[in-house]
Formats: sequence, C-alpha cells, structure tokens
Amino acid sequence: MAVAQDHASPEGRSSSPFWTIARRDSLAGFLFIAPQLVGIIVFVLIPLGLVFWYSLHEWNVLANTFTYTGAQNYQMLIEDSNLLEVLGATAVFSAGLVVFNLSLALLLAILLNQRLAGITIFRTLFFSPVVVSLVAWTIVWGFLLQKNGGINGMLQVLGIEGPNWLREETTAMISVIVVQVFKNVGLNMILFLAALQGVPNELYEAARVDGAPRFKQFRRITLPLISPTILLTSIITIVGSLQVFAQIAVLTQGGPGLSTTVLVYYLYQQAFQFHFFGYGSTLSILLFLIVAVLTFAQWQMRKRIVFYES
Amino acid sequence: MKAELSPRLKTFLYGLMCVLLIPFVFPTWWMATSSVKPISDIFAFPPQLIPESYDWTTYSKVFELQPFVQQYWNSAYIAAVVTIGTMAVSSMAGYAFARIRFPFANTIFMIVLLGLLIPSEVTIVPLFRMFLKAGMVNTHWPLILVPIFGAPSVFATFVMRQFFVTLPAELEEAARVDGLGRFKIFRMIALPLAKPALASVAIFTFLHSWNLFLEPIVFLSSAEKFTLPQALTQYTDAYGGPMWNIQLAAATLTALPVLIVFIIAQKQFVEGLAHTGLKG
Repeated sequence: MAVAQDHASPEGRSSSPFWTIARRDSLAGFLFIAPQLVGIIVFVLIPLGLVFWYSLHEWNVLANTFTYTGAQNYQMLIEDSNLLEVLGATAVFSAGLVVFNLSLALLLAILLNQRLAGITIFRTLFFSPVVVSLVAWTIVWGFLLQKNGGINGMLQVLGIEGPNWLREETTAMISVIVVQVFKNVGLNMILFLAALQGVPNELYEAARVDGAPRFKQFRRITLPLISPTILLTSIITIVGSLQVFAQIAVLTQGGPGLSTTVLVYYLYQQAFQFHFFGYGSTLSILLFLIVAVLTFAQWQMRKRIVFYES
Repeated sequence: MKAELSPRLKTFLYGLMCVLLIPFVFPTWWMATSSVKPISDIFAFPPQLIPESYDWTTYSKVFELQPFVQQYWNSAYIAAVVTIGTMAVSSMAGYAFARIRFPFANTIFMIVLLGLLIPSEVTIVPLFRMFLKAGMVNTHWPLILVPIFGAPSVFATFVMRQFFVTLPAELEEAARVDGLGRFKIFRMIALPLAKPALASVAIFTFLHSWNLFLEPIVFLSSAEKFTLPQALTQYTDAYGGPMWNIQLAAATLTALPVLIVFIIAQKQFVEGLAHTGLKG
C-alpha cells in the first residue's frame, strides 16, 4: 500500500526518490520509540547484564575496590543458612497474599455487582485505600497493631486479650499480608467488577429457566467467563507481591527473627545495609529467575484453565 | 444474578458490606483523629473513636522537626515531572508501535516488554553504582529518569499502544491525504482522542511515583532531599521509637490531598484504572 502512494509527494515537496513515504514512516517510527528504547537499554537491559557481572565480584564502596571472585557469591548463596527461611517467608507471603487478595476482590466485586441503591458510594470507599499514600497507610496500621494499640483496645472492650501482632512470628506474617491486601484489593475488585459486568445477562436468564441454582450458575457461567481476568489479576498480584518492600520495612523490619524477611527485603539488607553488593546482586538474579519462572508458568496455565481469550 | 433482590437479602447485603468496609475506612479515620490527640490519649483505653481533647501542636512539630515543606515539594514536583514525562514517552512509543510500520517493530516491542518482566528491585544494585559514578546519588535524578524511561514506563507504553490500536485508520488516512506529517497526525489527531488512556496513565504513574519507597531510601541521604514516604518514617525519638502522633499528623498531611482529589474525581480514577487493566 505504501508503495502505491510513493508517487504522491505529500506536502507538495519535490521529494527526492530516496525519501519515500515508507522510509519517512520508518524514520518517524524510530524517532517516536527512541526515548523508550534507549531508556530500556540504559535503565533495564544494561543493568540486568551488570547484575550478572557484579554477582561474580565483590565491590567494596568504602575502599573503592571491585575484585573478581568467580563463583564465590553463588557458593555463598547455596551455603546461606538464612536463605531457606527467607524463601519460605517469601512463598508464604506471596501465596497468602494472592489467595486472600483474589478471593476478597471477587467477593467485593460480586457484592458491588448487585442492584442496590448507593452502590457507587461503597465502590468508592472500598477503593479509597488504593489512593492513600502507601507509607501513611502502613504507619497507621503499624499504630493500630501495637500491643496497646487500637485493635487490641477494641478486642479488650469485647473481653479478648489480643496478641502482640508484630512481635510474634505467625501474627506478624498475617499482619503484613492483611495490611497489603486491604491497601490494594480495590484494584483487583474493579477489574473483577468490569469482568462480571461483561458476562451476558441472557446466559443467566437461560440458566434460571433451566432451574440452575445460583451457586451452579456462578460455577458454570461466571467463573469460566471471567477466567481471563482471574489469570491476569493473579499474574499482576504475584509479581507485585514479590516487590513488596515498604510495608515490611515499616511494620516489622523483617522480624521477629527472619519470619517476615521476604527476598526483596533480604536483598536490600545485604546490599545496602551490610554493603555486600556482590551477594546482593546474586540475590537479585535469584529474584529475577523467580519472577520469570512464575510469569512463564502462569502463561502456560492459560491454555489449560482459561476458558476463552477475548 | 440480575434478578430483583428480596428486601431481606438486600438488608443482609448492606450489612455485610458495612462490616467489610471497616478495615478499608477505619484506618484513615483513626489516622486523622489520632493525629490531633494529646500523646497521653493516643493509647488510651477504651480507644477514643472521637478525640476527647485536642492537641494541634503535633502539626507544628511536623514542620519543626524536619524540612517538611521542602520534602512535600520534592515529592510533588518529582511526581509531576515523572507523570508528564511518562505521558510523553509512552504516548509516542505506544503510537508508533500501534500505527507506524517500521522495520523490526515487533522485535523492538518485545524488547521493550521485557521491562514488565524485570522489576526495578532486580536492577537496584547496578543502578545505584551507575548513578554513583555519574555523581547523581543524593540527587533526585534517579527518581525522575528511571521511572520515565525505564521499566515503570513500559506498562504505560503498553496501555497507550492498546488504545491506539483501536483507532479507526480512516482518521489518519484523511489527514495524510491533506499532507500532514506523522508528528502532526500524532499531535493533532491521535493524541486528542487518547485523553481517556492518557488520564489512566497519569493516575497510575502519579500514584507510583508518590508511593516510591525503596528507591528514595537507596539514593537519598540528606533530609532536605527526602521524599514524603521516606520522611514519614523519620519522626522518631532518641531511642528510634516512632513519635506516633507526629508521624500520624505527617501521614494525614500526605494522604489527605490525594484522597480529596480522588473523592472529587472518583469516577475517572476507578474507570481509568479499570480500563488499563482490562486491556492488558
């Protein structure tokens, strides 16, 4: 098509035969994407290569030395007695977060999809934590979860002795998960709501005529039709859960012990608190591999679980 | 599911939603009210859902203990620059990937999409060393350059591309017959139509920048350079324990403006963010 237009010289210029429309378009295309492409090369791809390079070195910032150490950091990774605990905490945190987040998001979306007056007000309120500054949200939850804080105060009014939430291993993990879920579940809720509204009403009407109970309608009509959204939100939520840092840093600093030290927080500690930049880079590679494998696995699952692709 | 609900079911649903709302709404209320309680009252038993006495000096202490106005400005201007920069970079790239045929377009698009796979936490060590060598540690440059051009902008480019793909080709063909160049077609025809997508990009980019925490604590070391999330955690006493009422006052000042904008424009926020996710 572009060839056919070559002879029409746009803008009335006496165009030299070299600057055909196709060539001009190519140039324009490259110029349009140049900032993004150069940015990705400089700020993502080169650093990714450097992470591999650094993981083979030890960099001492204070002495300003950068020495090749071969596979020593990888040896350290295998022998690191903390690592199993850190990976365990990461797995528990991510799994707990995804399950709790997606089920709550779906429940809220179903509630918001009912014909009720004033439903927009509820939608706005459920969504509001998404726009509250993350650290502000975390600070007030940290305040609520103190031993003598608001939550235990309310429990005491009811005659229940609450635990020291952030200082005991199990409750600390539950706390960081819950704080994160209430902060961001609104996003997934909105995605699910849009998906629910996209399910054709006739399907439900047909099912009702056939006398299918509500639960069966949900399992056989709703779930299959919103499965692409479930897959999408689970990918976003899992990858996001591996990046959670501020909440841990503010609420528990990874404690008590290592019970809430997720991989990103451990990486930060090793690199920027203890200045083991080489080992920090090795941990970065581990994080990268986990994200890559999980994303790949979920895309593969799409073929089996997802009912249709829009 | 769309059948009329019985009154009893309606009451049950309203009740359920009100209970579920508590953890979403109460923390913000507790933050704002506790910030004006005197220090002796903030852990009072039974908890004071409405303050019994007020101590407004917490708010003046927020400004006395740290250069809070400067920190507020840092966060605001960084978020504004990042938002505008991302809108420019991502709308141009998204437009080109959707509408312009050029060699290797698909390969380049795949390379750019890699940015989605590589969280910025993975590259934080080399980025720190790069900016250290460039003399940009303890400046705001890392917090501006990386989000605009690096991994965080890729999602924006993706959203813009998905939007531009849906534009009818006839609009542009008419303009080309009139002799408009590519940039003019982009600026005068495509971009004005892309306002909803641009609004979504603006909203999530702003929130992302406003919430950034790891990058500021890695790159910034002096109080007058701090951004708000980092500054909030600095209100501590001599033993490193948080000064709760002052932290909460600063947190309220950080959260409230965005919350008010959200309540005014909640439709745009919610639909804008839903729009981006759906197209993904």
